[in-house]
Amino acid sequence: MSETLIQTVPSPLHKKKFFDGNMVALVIIVAAVVPLPLLLESGQESVAIRILIFAMLGLSWNIMSGFGGMFSFGHAAYFGLGAYSSSILLVNFGISPWIGMIVGMAVAAVYGVIVGWLCFRYKLKGTYFALATFAFAEMLRIIVQSSQAVNAAVGYNVPLIKGSSWWLMQFPAGSPNYFWLGLILLTGCLLATIMFARSKTGQFAVAIREDEEAASSIGIPVLRYKLKVIAISASIGAVAGVFYTQFYLFIDPELAFGAYRSIEAILIPVVGGVGTIWGPLVGSVLLAPLNDITAAILRNPPPFLDFLQGQSGLDVMLYAVLIILVILFLPKGIFGSIKDKVTRK
Amino acid sequence: MSPIVSVEHLGKSFGGLRAVHNVSFNVEPGEVLGIIGPNGAGKTTLFNCMAGMFPPSTGTVHYQSENVTSWSDAKLARAGMVRTFQLMRPFGSMTVLENVAVAAAARGAKERDAMAQAWEILQRVGLDHYATRTSKDLPTAGLKRLELARAMALHPKVLLLDEVLAGLVPTERQPVIDLLLSIRDNGVTLLFVEHVMQAVMALSDHVLVLNHGETLAYGTPSEVVANPEVIEAYLGDEVTNVDSQ
Repeated sequence: MSETLIQTVPSPLHKKKFFDGNMVALVIIVAAVVPLPLLLESGQESVAIRILIFAMLGLSWNIMSGFGGMFSFGHAAYFGLGAYSSSILLVNFGISPWIGMIVGMAVAAVYGVIVGWLCFRYKLKGTYFALATFAFAEMLRIIVQSSQAVNAAVGYNVPLIKGSSWWLMQFPAGSPNYFWLGLILLTGCLLATIMFARSKTGQFAVAIREDEEAASSIGIPVLRYKLKVIAISASIGAVAGVFYTQFYLFIDPELAFGAYRSIEAILIPVVGGVGTIWGPLVGSVLLAPLNDITAAILRNPPPFLDFLQGQSGLDVMLYAVLIILVILFLPKGIFGSIKDKVTRK
Repeated sequence: MSPIVSVEHLGKSFGGLRAVHNVSFNVEPGEVLGIIGPNGAGKTTLFNCMAGMFPPSTGTVHYQSENVTSWSDAKLARAGMVRTFQLMRPFGSMTVLENVAVAAAARGAKERDAMAQAWEILQRVGLDHYATRTSKDLPTAGLKRLELARAMALHPKVLLLDEVLAGLVPTERQPVIDLLLSIRDNGVTLLFVEHVMQAVMALSDHVLVLNHGETLAYGTPSEVVANPEVIEAYLGDEVTNVDSQ
């Protein structure tokens, strides 16, 4: 064997550093965006916060479907269970959303494991699995919508408090604390994703995604790890739901469990890069502002777009165009394609 | 010495199709059993039943004196009875090193130990210089070695090898045969399905011949190649070619 070849092989005996490239990137990104709310106007800050919520939702989908290869069309369920768990506990019992978040994460994880187990028990895979996740999420929406015990279609208004409270996750409108709270939660979700990707569970998830039978043949307990991955993904989805409710101070069945939420969860990593750590963040930075940009255009369109005045649905059209362009030209998403090019050099 | 693997009256039917019927044999520790037979004889189905890929319709499989007939493939693999596939099935997006390390981790090795063990195995099978490449970039011969490396990471006591030489040109075969011999010399029991008679003759202590899902013959390689029924059903004049090699 030539000297050159020997040198290309890494020494597997060196201990992996905790602060690898992803951790360094996380620290840099967080440090860079911390002062953002002090620089943004109120309207811009709400867009920035939507980016944070989108990123959490996208990260959640990406763990189950990107790393784990289990295509979910029902991530609204996890988001909604988080949102509703914390709302019910806060409104009915005055319990802090932090506790509500932990409960919501647990409820979403248990729901995810039960639905996952049922699907795998009946050997649902691919499209059928995706349809089952969609059906279960819709079932939850309909149950919540028609159940007076959880305020049916009316949903929940988070009771307003005077002043600021980190314990109750509530701040005056325009407070930078909302952004910082969201940033803390997103950092936690990103950290969880990085740790997941380098963990045994993450490696097993990828092996199962690549070839379930081969993974099983080398001793990986496939069902157990699939359910574990779903539980992690569901928990992160619930965090997004809790923060959404605390920021908008309102949740109803459609906002929480609606199919639109599940589609958002898919689009974010698909545009950013499925199965990558940073893809959902890139996707959310692109997609989250679309609503506001299109709303601004429709409110006051430039002369050549006069015909759009008073119309709606432009954001959905732009989503569609964006997704077609990404699938055609960047099938691995924006971050995924860049990463591919860099690693092939 | 009690057999490490004991198959008794094993059968598997798919609807009306009887793929394997009433197959029985024992394998002693450290023994090499070659399994041959024409296409469709039930060799891979036999492996699938033995390895826990799907349950047999009839019969039992014992491994280390324990009835493992209903064990899953994952449980069997962790216990040391590991199979490889005829069509290579690498985890395409992972590097070659990660492919092997993930198998070591599945056995229970800690992350750092798994990487170190994977590295040692890659050196042993001659894939160390491909360690950082993604496995989908490997040539066929490399993928075959990777299948073996992944199986070895589980510290197997019994290896079920399904046509490990298929797709290799003759010059690529001998190094793999040498590798199998070295695995055997480490005390691993080998059961292998193979069409390359050169390898069957070189490796096997005993040969099981299947035809239409049933045992046609069982014996030492020289006994089997001299069996007129085996010659008629499978070998034809190939045996002459093997003898002359």
